[in-house]
Amino acid sequence: MKRFVQFLLTAAAVMLAATASAQPVPPRATAYATAPDIPYESVPNFLKLPPNIYLGEGIGVARNSKGHIFIFTRSGDTRLFQFDQNGNFVREIGQGLYGFEMAHGVRVDAQDNIWTVDEGTNMVVKFNPEGRVLMTMGRRPEAIEGLEPTATPVPPAEPYRFNRPTDVTWDPQGNIFVADGYFNSRVVKYDKNGRFIKSIGTRGTEPYQMNIPHSITADAQGNIYVADRQNRRIQVFDSNLVLRAIYDNVGAPWAVCISPGPHQYLFSSNSNPDNNNSLLAAVSGEIYKMELDGTVIGKFGKPGKQLGEFATVHAIDCRNPDELIVSEITAWRAQKIILKAQPPRSSSTK
Amino acid sequence: MKRSLQLLLASTVVLLGVSVSAQLTIPEIAYDAVDPIKLPDNLYLGEAVGVATNSKGNIYVYTRTGNPAATLGTRRTFARNAARLFEFEPSGKFVREIGQDLYGFVFAHTVRVDRQDNIWVVDEGSNMVIKFDPAGRVLMTMGRKPEALIVPGGTQGAGGGGEGGPAPAAAGRGGAAQGPPPPVGAGVPGDNFNRPTDVAWDTAGNIYVADGYGNSRIAKFDKNGKYLKSWGSRGTAPGQFNIPHTLAIDAQGFVYVGDRGNNRIQVFDGEGTFKRQYVNVGAPSAICITPGPQQYLYASNSNPSTSMDNGEIYKMTLDGRILGKFGTAGKLIKEFGSVHEMDCRSETELYVGEITNWRVQKLTLKGK
Repeated sequence: MKRFVQFLLTAAAVMLAATASAQPVPPRATAYATAPDIPYESVPNFLKLPPNIYLGEGIGVARNSKGHIFIFTRSGDTRLFQFDQNGNFVREIGQGLYGFEMAHGVRVDAQDNIWTVDEGTNMVVKFNPEGRVLMTMGRRPEAIEGLEPTATPVPPAEPYRFNRPTDVTWDPQGNIFVADGYFNSRVVKYDKNGRFIKSIGTRGTEPYQMNIPHSITADAQGNIYVADRQNRRIQVFDSNLVLRAIYDNVGAPWAVCISPGPHQYLFSSNSNPDNNNSLLAAVSGEIYKMELDGTVIGKFGKPGKQLGEFATVHAIDCRNPDELIVSEITAWRAQKIILKAQPPRSSSTK
Repeated sequence: MKRSLQLLLASTVVLLGVSVSAQLTIPEIAYDAVDPIKLPDNLYLGEAVGVATNSKGNIYVYTRTGNPAATLGTRRTFARNAARLFEFEPSGKFVREIGQDLYGFVFAHTVRVDRQDNIWVVDEGSNMVIKFDPAGRVLMTMGRKPEALIVPGGTQGAGGGGEGGPAPAAAGRGGAAQGPPPPVGAGVPGDNFNRPTDVAWDTAGNIYVADGYGNSRIAKFDKNGKYLKSWGSRGTAPGQFNIPHTLAIDAQGFVYVGDRGNNRIQVFDGEGTFKRQYVNVGAPSAICITPGPQQYLYASNSNPSTSMDNGEIYKMTLDGRILGKFGTAGKLIKEFGSVHEMDCRSETELYVGEITNWRVQKLTLKGK
């Protein structure tokens, strides 16, 4: 209960700090100038909400094997909605759940289980496809323990406790990898039953260090791609969490996603800042399509509030690499993005 | 966190010092486990801190769920919402919710059912013990919800919700005793609880409340809720407590206190005279005593929510002889995620409520 107040206070302090300091305009991603533009369009009126239901910030989006879409949103309460492949509302999952306070991510695993990551309750919750809780990880701080002063130092990371976690992914064996997160700067590996295996990462800029691991995804070989957002790089680890590569040319990776199938692609969003300030938005907002080895194939998207523009993309679903679903923080929506065949490079404009 | 560290350290000491040799000879009890609870689509359990059954086998779950909320008043903060009470048939079919939006439902701790099938909840957020009749209506309340929360470091003065700190002075509470201050944790004689944890009754219907995190005492009331006496203070000596977390009473009226922070079960007579203690079953987060002519004591050495250490449940005779143990910490069915309450209406059929797994399991023990 008091945690909520604490959070509000913290957020207020952060916002004040952000506006008080000189607003740094992030540099362009180094790949921006040379990455070809991929033509695309956004499907109008894609998500159809019942009259009494609203999306708040579009924080998490993921599709299951049937193409159903799950949206994890910061609304009046944090809520999880399911839509069918045509964008029709199906149901709400986890209404009033103890693990929902401040949405951060939703992902669907190979068995169509739905996983939510909540940075308010510090919990990762696994739902079965029917929407019932199968497993929980981390624990919501006990409200009874009262208000923590916001200046309290961050306690050391522990195996079974998160501190504002951000995302979850799995290798082909079902091992679980949690990006944790804003306060801890680490990736934690668990076996499929939730038993701790290992953890890597501290706060910093060196390899293996992280500054807000904000999004995490895995390829078919079990390599783990960590979007190290504030360091403006993607760190690639094998499933034993040994560092294999760093991609630092695609800006600040807010959201990463790897498509399935024999030829996998990596998508990474260099999202515009989330303060809804259109001045800052001018130098970011595009999404990169890459090969798994980091080769940039192209880019698409630009900042803005209109259909087909991006207002701080926070999650990408790329179960179909030619038809993405992106959710946006400040536009309170999710868009279905159709990528079209790339024209020959010579004809690319802008 | 401080608590879990403390637990870890303390249990390590106990394991090393006392019980390793004993544990080697403890037989494993075979058992099966199912999650019987079937909830409607729109309902979810949160932390299943409380579970109890009545004489018909109906299951009550007192859970920390919803969004615990604080609302801001003028220099005050009001708390609500982190507790709900659900009833299920023996099959696990959902029957109903009891006490929706109840004033005393703030932060769930335990639920127990007495011999007349009245349902009692202990709420450590409202500092209340509430008795419902079998139909689910409030019959009696004990303690009073503070009019406002104490916010440590806030404008309402010091005091902490956490263990180890001094008992916070609840707002709106009067009647402090005159004379020298009582020992730490003895509390104010009477009905004002400070994060109470559990309730039990003797055969005469006298009520015993474990109180709790803030105080370190057992308070005794007659069956009408009139205060009789209390005993205990914070410490490690016999008769002292460090989080009396769980409570059970046998047919002779002996009172068994799960003194979790001290890694022991203390046994008292009904007047609070210390009789004996059992120090070889870890940190008892939950205990229960079976009914019938031959009574058994079960004690759960639950894993802290921050680890997967321990987690086993011991079966004992009332005089402390360990008959066997079963279970380990984990998230799978048959494993335990910080067991917080046990119901053992039968020797072979137990219910456990788990903090971190948000679930109730029905355990069927095999053999004797």
